[in-house]
Amino acid sequence: MADDIFTYAPAPESRSVVRLRSSYGLFIDGAFADPAEGRSLKTVNPADEEVLAEVAVAGEADVDRAVAAARRAYETVWGPMPGAERAKYLFRIARILQERSRELAVLESLDNGKPIKETRDVDLPLVAAHFFYYAGWADKLGHAGLGADPRPLGVAAQVIPWNFPLLMLAWKIAPALATGNTVVLKPAETTPLSALVFAEICQEAELPPGVVNIVTGAGETGRALVAHGGVDKVAFTGSTEVGKEIARTVAGTRKRVTLELGGKGANIVYDDAALDQAVEGIVTGIFFNQGHVCCAGSRLLVQESVAEDVLERLKRRISTLRMGDPLDKNTDIGAINSAAQLDKIRELSGIGDDEGAQRWTAPCELPSRGYWFPPTVFTGVTQAHRIAREEIFGPVLSVLTFRTPAEAVEKANNTPFGLSAGVWTEKGSRMLWTANRLRAGVIWSNTFNKFDPTSPFGGYKESGYGREGGRHGLEGYIRG
Amino acid sequence: MPDTISPPGLTASNASLRAYLHGLPGVDEVGAAQRAAGLATRSIKTTAKAQAIDLAIRMVDLTTLEGADTPGKVRALAAKAVHPDPADPSVPRVAAVCVYSDRVAIAVEALRGSGVAVASVATAFPAGRAPLEAKLADTRQAVADGAAEIDMVIDRGAFLSGDYLKVYEEITAVKEACGDAHLKVILETGELVTYDNVRRASWLAMHAGADFIKTSTGKVSPAATLPVVLVMLEAVRDFRAATGRRIGVKPAGGIRTTKDAVRNLVLVNEVAGADWLDPAYFRIGASSLLNDLLMQRTKLATGVYGGPDYYTLD
Repeated sequence: MADDIFTYAPAPESRSVVRLRSSYGLFIDGAFADPAEGRSLKTVNPADEEVLAEVAVAGEADVDRAVAAARRAYETVWGPMPGAERAKYLFRIARILQERSRELAVLESLDNGKPIKETRDVDLPLVAAHFFYYAGWADKLGHAGLGADPRPLGVAAQVIPWNFPLLMLAWKIAPALATGNTVVLKPAETTPLSALVFAEICQEAELPPGVVNIVTGAGETGRALVAHGGVDKVAFTGSTEVGKEIARTVAGTRKRVTLELGGKGANIVYDDAALDQAVEGIVTGIFFNQGHVCCAGSRLLVQESVAEDVLERLKRRISTLRMGDPLDKNTDIGAINSAAQLDKIRELSGIGDDEGAQRWTAPCELPSRGYWFPPTVFTGVTQAHRIAREEIFGPVLSVLTFRTPAEAVEKANNTPFGLSAGVWTEKGSRMLWTANRLRAGVIWSNTFNKFDPTSPFGGYKESGYGREGGRHGLEGYIRG
Repeated sequence: MPDTISPPGLTASNASLRAYLHGLPGVDEVGAAQRAAGLATRSIKTTAKAQAIDLAIRMVDLTTLEGADTPGKVRALAAKAVHPDPADPSVPRVAAVCVYSDRVAIAVEALRGSGVAVASVATAFPAGRAPLEAKLADTRQAVADGAAEIDMVIDRGAFLSGDYLKVYEEITAVKEACGDAHLKVILETGELVTYDNVRRASWLAMHAGADFIKTSTGKVSPAATLPVVLVMLEAVRDFRAATGRRIGVKPAGGIRTTKDAVRNLVLVNEVAGADWLDPAYFRIGASSLLNDLLMQRTKLATGVYGGPDYYTLD
């Protein structure tokens, strides 16, 4: 009845701002070039499985050329350049990113499947903010508390994931360039397009050739890059499994490493929390970016005395989430990034059923084409369940309960990961008590999934090592 | 009317009321503002916008609350309420005309048989600083003159000093004086300041018998901000879940554009639910808003934006 009174009409963002090429080469030494072996891969729109473009696959010879170009640029131009001059390039890149943000937001939604609301309001503003922030550091490195005359490391090999393609690129490239390093970056094979447009932006900003090189490809390309003898630094964001492999590869070499890996973040809701806002935080924590977030609050720890109330509010709220076309401005939940990821989410959710947890799924219709998984909540989950221990990396929340603050902390810390946690209470002393005892790199107080370039980000335990963002983020690219 | 839905002993003392109201879940200010800002980015276009505009017009309480209100001004407003756009009979009429109590008789006369209700502010609006007897006399007069809806103000001084019982008893007394007239309770959220206070005052008013809770008098800024409306919509939603009674919400003050109105409707839709998308449960107290709704309505239908000269002042 009320549907006839007020139903949101489709409000799609126009695709016309994006000029997709049918195929893309590698960006090496300031120019796009074909790969030596002529292999390519296709990148698809996960919302409808339509092929967006063909992208080159870099082999060992290509990686070798890219590293050599980066080395040359480091030694002849970028390394010797005064910080104030490097800053000008970074500021210029930041401004072009802002100018082209609409185009990049649409492109990111097309290639990744995430809603335009997020690329427009979260990804792109943060991308530009990271470049602005690190541009500001470039001529002030002597004041960063990292020694009087901090020196760059040289050539950085950077491998990034598909969940925040352009933002992860910004997290990697901005601090590396600000500190005087040059980079070879490999975007994920399912989301290479925004990195290739970023290469165009480097050209537009007249960044000296070789300072930024983009090599596309899958795991094999990443392996060749990380193992390359000409690389001084490896920075990786992605799965713990691949992170371990990288750590083994670089062990015993001169290469410095930072790893930002998986997580199984706990979101602790005490009985005195502001419940409506806590529910918002739970939703943001696990359904932001379809749960494709390493610091997602995928484990809800709720105090038993309010568990029923919180779950009721949570389910009602989840039922209002709008799932569908990522380019529709009113879409809250977009598509799962790939068929492989969808299989993994289905498999782990199936294990949740088998282990006896109760599955609840939001009442929403799934589009017939593309990769989709509805927002899902498992209740009756215990610490022993696999869905409470393994990273699902999808819109699946595991709900556990606790009785006392000590139990909450114990359960939150009882995981091989340690990337993020959230705490919800109106009582300041309990907030501080809890935060002091949680072993996680970032702890959000009465909020979740809040990012800022000035704040360091990174993990404990199997969530990796090193910090990105803030003053701390400079450290991984500097010889003290 | 005896209160049958409140917890037993709720109004035994200030202490019991305080324990109850302060036991409600808190409101995190940053989180509430963020949620409201998020919903404000909803993109309401084409058919949805047309639906929203007509719905908003039907929800308007067309208001004039000036010392300078003359019988002529009230009659003009009444005419506007029935035919908001004389050139376009497809425009629905507004919900009510809202005037001071001594102008009720004129409004009732002008609106007889039109389907537009007469609402009257009462209880020493806007400050509420008067003896209870005066407030009740004000209310009774308005009802006797034919007001179908009474918009009362709470005693903010009493609320802020912790005298919740006084606020409660005044509301119940006014409710009784209302008889069959609907009671809207104005919280004046701009003076309550915190969202915790807004939530507590909402529950206090609902337990005391309010049919509607209303944000503001329009005489204090800030008035109907989106986070305040959000908190009040959460309150009516939770109150229905707890008691089965559906209470209305009326933002008033500061809603001047179609965009403001649509954002309020989105909030209603996604926070309280579509059940509240009805003039019986959501009103917008406004004056200049109506012309903007009419201009946007015409623009949507014809593609041409007429400009203010093509719409009547009142």
